[in-house]
Amino acid sequence: MVNVMDLPEEEFIYPGTRACAGCGMALIYRIALKALGAKTITTVPASCLTVLHGMQGFCSTKISVYHTPFATTGASASGILASLEDKGLADEITVLAFAGDGGTTDIGIQALSGAAERGTNFIYACYDNEAYMNTGVQRSGSTPLGVRTTTTPEGKKVRKKNMPKILEAHGIPYIATANAAYPLDLFEKFKRVKNIKGTKYFHILSPCPPGWGYEPKNTMIIGRLANETGFWPLYEVINGKFELSKPSKRYLESSKRKPIIDYLSAQKRFKSIDDTTTKIYEENIKNVWKEIKSRLENH
Amino acid sequence: MTDSKKDYQKILGSVQKPVIGEAGKTGTWSSKKPIIDLNKCIPVKSGKPSCFNCWLYCPEAVVTRTIPPEIDLVYCKGCGICMEECPVKAIKMEEVNPE
Repeated sequence: MVNVMDLPEEEFIYPGTRACAGCGMALIYRIALKALGAKTITTVPASCLTVLHGMQGFCSTKISVYHTPFATTGASASGILASLEDKGLADEITVLAFAGDGGTTDIGIQALSGAAERGTNFIYACYDNEAYMNTGVQRSGSTPLGVRTTTTPEGKKVRKKNMPKILEAHGIPYIATANAAYPLDLFEKFKRVKNIKGTKYFHILSPCPPGWGYEPKNTMIIGRLANETGFWPLYEVINGKFELSKPSKRYLESSKRKPIIDYLSAQKRFKSIDDTTTKIYEENIKNVWKEIKSRLENH
Repeated sequence: MTDSKKDYQKILGSVQKPVIGEAGKTGTWSSKKPIIDLNKCIPVKSGKPSCFNCWLYCPEAVVTRTIPPEIDLVYCKGCGICMEECPVKAIKMEEVNPE
């Protein structure tokens, strides 16, 4: 496990960005860039990250950023890598695609699937704040069951898409889930993938104070609750081998997990949830961990 | 008209400059600011580089990893994450005039 002193002191994001106070995504991006270093090119579709990067003429990051149309994140990463290969710089420079959950699970899925199929040597990180937050909280394919958004005022009727599993079906060498509340785990994972060839996929939970309805100071507390209740298990799939990450290991035992209601009741977006939906959540978590257990035993 | 068109082209063709405070002085977003009680702060008390949770968890990169840690109040948005993450409760949110 890495220590806080193992992280480079150099910052690649300048203070005074357009991100909201207490933004989970801003921390994820900051830590990811620390792991990857200055020789990184980021490609970003329309998302909160576009907002963080700023307006025409100025940029809040030290690294090169390419703003791409919504549906083309994976394709643009392939294009950037092709031009780097042409110039003989592909080994030196890391290509990082950084998109929100809308840009990954809905709009950008075909470009990502194509890039994964081609085996483009890049990192794709999806920061999942579970709705279209940048445009004012509309539901996405990644919004969980029962969540209130402006387009699901009575709560979402269907459940969340399991994106890491979709990527697993592509047979790519690395898939990981992460969480903004565990920056050291996040750093370690990004450091690890730097030397893996092929398409690498990250699915990172990014708590969002205005969209989820909690006070900005609680971003890490909410993020940790997602892990402690078993809602968001942290794991890695390296060349098909499933590994549970250290912060989630102790929750393999169901008695260690906190009740899911702790997580749901701490956020205003789950306000319209009833007992039946809570039961569905409990059942889902049970099934998810049953599957994790069997995957661990099979290796 | 031609002048504004020229300016427009100049902006489009320009390289985006990395700047501190791209969104302005974001410290004005909140009047409550984190103040560290140095008598409680772990790295100050031990004199060794340790803890630095305030630096690690800050989404805005306004805290330094130094002894004592320093917070740039001009850009601190006052979210209060550092207060919550401090293991010895050395950080308090107080009303501070950003000027």
